[in-house]
Amino acid sequence: MMPVVLWTDALIGLLLAGSVALAWAGRRNRLMRDAWRRVAESRPGMAAAVVLACFVVIGLADSIHYRPRLDAPGAGVGVPAAEVVSLLDRLVAGLRSRGEKTYSAPFATHLYAKETLEGPGGRQFRDTPRLRYGGSHLKRPGARAADVVFRAVEGVAAGFALWLLLAAAVVRRLARAQACSPSAAWWRIWSGQTAVAWNAVLAAAGVVLLVAFPVAFLSGQYHVLGTDKVGQDVLLAALKSIRTALVIGTLTTLVMLPFAVVLGILAGYLGGWIDDLIQYLYTTLNSIPGVLLIAASVLMMQVLIDTHPQWFQSAAERADARLLALCAILGVTSWTGLCRLLRGETLKLRELEYVEAARAFGVPTPRILARHVLPNLMHLVMIAMVMDFSGLVLAEAVLSYVGIGVDPNTYSFGTMINAARLELSREPVVWWSLAAAFVFMFALVLSANLVADAVRDAFDPRLVGRARRRLPAG
Amino acid sequence: MLAYIVRRVLYAIPILIGVNLLTFTLFFVVNTPDDMARMQLGIKRVTPEAIVKWKAERGYDKPLVYNERSQGVRALTDTIFFEKSVRLFAFDFGRSDNGDDISWQIRNRMVPSLALALPVFVLGLYVTVSLALFQVLFRGTWLDVWGVILCVAMMSISSLFYIIGGQFVVSKLWRLVPISGYGEGIDVVRFLLLPVVVGVIGNIGANTRWYRTIFLEEIGRDYVRTARAKGLAETAVLFRHVLRNALIPILTGAVVVIPLLFMGSLIAESFFGIPGLGSYTIDAINAQDFAIVRAMVFLGSVLYIVGLILTDISYTLVDPRIRFE
Repeated sequence: MMPVVLWTDALIGLLLAGSVALAWAGRRNRLMRDAWRRVAESRPGMAAAVVLACFVVIGLADSIHYRPRLDAPGAGVGVPAAEVVSLLDRLVAGLRSRGEKTYSAPFATHLYAKETLEGPGGRQFRDTPRLRYGGSHLKRPGARAADVVFRAVEGVAAGFALWLLLAAAVVRRLARAQACSPSAAWWRIWSGQTAVAWNAVLAAAGVVLLVAFPVAFLSGQYHVLGTDKVGQDVLLAALKSIRTALVIGTLTTLVMLPFAVVLGILAGYLGGWIDDLIQYLYTTLNSIPGVLLIAASVLMMQVLIDTHPQWFQSAAERADARLLALCAILGVTSWTGLCRLLRGETLKLRELEYVEAARAFGVPTPRILARHVLPNLMHLVMIAMVMDFSGLVLAEAVLSYVGIGVDPNTYSFGTMINAARLELSREPVVWWSLAAAFVFMFALVLSANLVADAVRDAFDPRLVGRARRRLPAG
Repeated sequence: MLAYIVRRVLYAIPILIGVNLLTFTLFFVVNTPDDMARMQLGIKRVTPEAIVKWKAERGYDKPLVYNERSQGVRALTDTIFFEKSVRLFAFDFGRSDNGDDISWQIRNRMVPSLALALPVFVLGLYVTVSLALFQVLFRGTWLDVWGVILCVAMMSISSLFYIIGGQFVVSKLWRLVPISGYGEGIDVVRFLLLPVVVGVIGNIGANTRWYRTIFLEEIGRDYVRTARAKGLAETAVLFRHVLRNALIPILTGAVVVIPLLFMGSLIAESFFGIPGLGSYTIDAINAQDFAIVRAMVFLGSVLYIVGLILTDISYTLVDPRIRFE
């Protein structure tokens, strides 16, 4: 096994480490702690956070890349394969290997289209052939319904057992912390009398487990969400798309953060011609309609990548560079909203007594900015980050449809929708890829929206909507 | 008033120059015309002669900013920068990379774009403001709570799904309207009905929620308490006082997008086959026709700046507390 760190992987790691470090540093800050406590009280927020956390775990598992060693015959020493795979690929290796020939419906045992088959005795007839893997363990296809129900019940039972363990652990912890009996602790959770909205957390975890386990149990023998044109399991495509959505949603903000923060603070604090210049810069960028600026930049980026193939060693690296470039373009074209907000807030902070006192003591400007101004802007940065996430995920789908999104070979919800668009005009209708993209995207964006609302309300209720950036809505 | 408008228009000029320089850098400095020619011609047909020919046909064979071989002013005007970028200020968009007249296309395609975008805008504003007002009238009840939940759910659905879903259900299953296309005269209504409805529905979630917060902010003001203290009914307070005051931020916020309606909607137009500027832009992006994209970027910026100026003027018109300075 040879670890491979793609650029986006590194940045995701950086983001993760940064969040942990900030949380560690802010743990003694009373205001921060109060705000997070308010987030923990919010029932929709906590339920959504559980769902979002599941997506994040899948995305992180898909961000650990390596080249597997191929056992060369005779040599006995593994040779690194050319293909870069991720931990998620390894976990769902079954989905990857069980490819069919072409479309098949969810839980199907036969292909979707009729083919000319050869029966015993050389007789030719047209029928839908059996799938290579989907339901291939069944002796006769008629037994499918009973088999599906049986496996689903098994999955539900396993999911429920795990949920019971989880609930027991939470109850035990709460009973210890509050020094009461487990049944009293359970009653407190059930009736919502706990500081952290445990009832919402447990309910959401229950829903997730009761959906995920049956799907996992069934996907061993069936294609739960069907297969696509080249016979690949749609569930795999949906799972792999999560990482792209998360990367676009988070790294874009990370990329533009330095611009917005540095320029916003400088403009607000220093004033004068620097302020004029920075205002001119963002007004100019702002006046180009977002989608067009993105389109122009992405077209130029494509030319750049296509004319310099020597920059990239593998297809994975090229796709990754393109994803990162898309994040950078989305970031550079949309940092203006946050920059303006930070400038306005810095203008206010500059006049406060403690900043004035620091100036009077002769504290150098860089230190004033770092010690007194920046920490008081961090909540705005965080609100902007969570509020932008869902918009960026939606924007990715639109941009990929327009043809200026991610690399066409990268898994993403946009490419899934784009491919699925023409399938609806087939007869009979191929609806499952679109449905899968819809369900996954809806769950991801809805949970992100709910978490963002909870975070915004907890940290700054006055800022409703102001931190929103302009994004192509379609 | 006039002096104010003139000053605002003058202020727009440096911004447009900035936009112009930015697009020039993006299109001609980041990648040279040679790169673009290679890209357009494809790998197979690429020969030095073909590149020279491709550039000469489209006027990309001149120097970027300074032509040493020309005399006097011609040294500055006989360049790509002047021919392709400065001429945009006179709304001379030139020809696209495959040779058709961009200005002619823009003139012809504005009408279909507007025919779709204007009804979506007007109807959308009417529907979302009404829904928001309705929610505020029933604030605190289960109607309001479920309304907010529905709004969040609706804004979590990608606009692509509204279009694909609408086309599939209304056009394919029910066969009520054609899936896509565009017609002449009154026939247009048949083609535009679905795109307009889908466009309005797609915007309900985010806008209703946004307007609801504006109404709720307004309802906490002193004049509302005064109105209630006078004994006015809740509906009278809402419709006569709150609505009129809340419409100031709503309308002025909407004014900025009015000029941009000319540009049409990228996604809806290409899905529904409406020959507007949005689908023109999409086709240009797919064909990698940089001349059209460049023209659209400039046109979009001009329209956006016009929208900003109109916003400032409309503020001063509807809100007497704001004066021209």
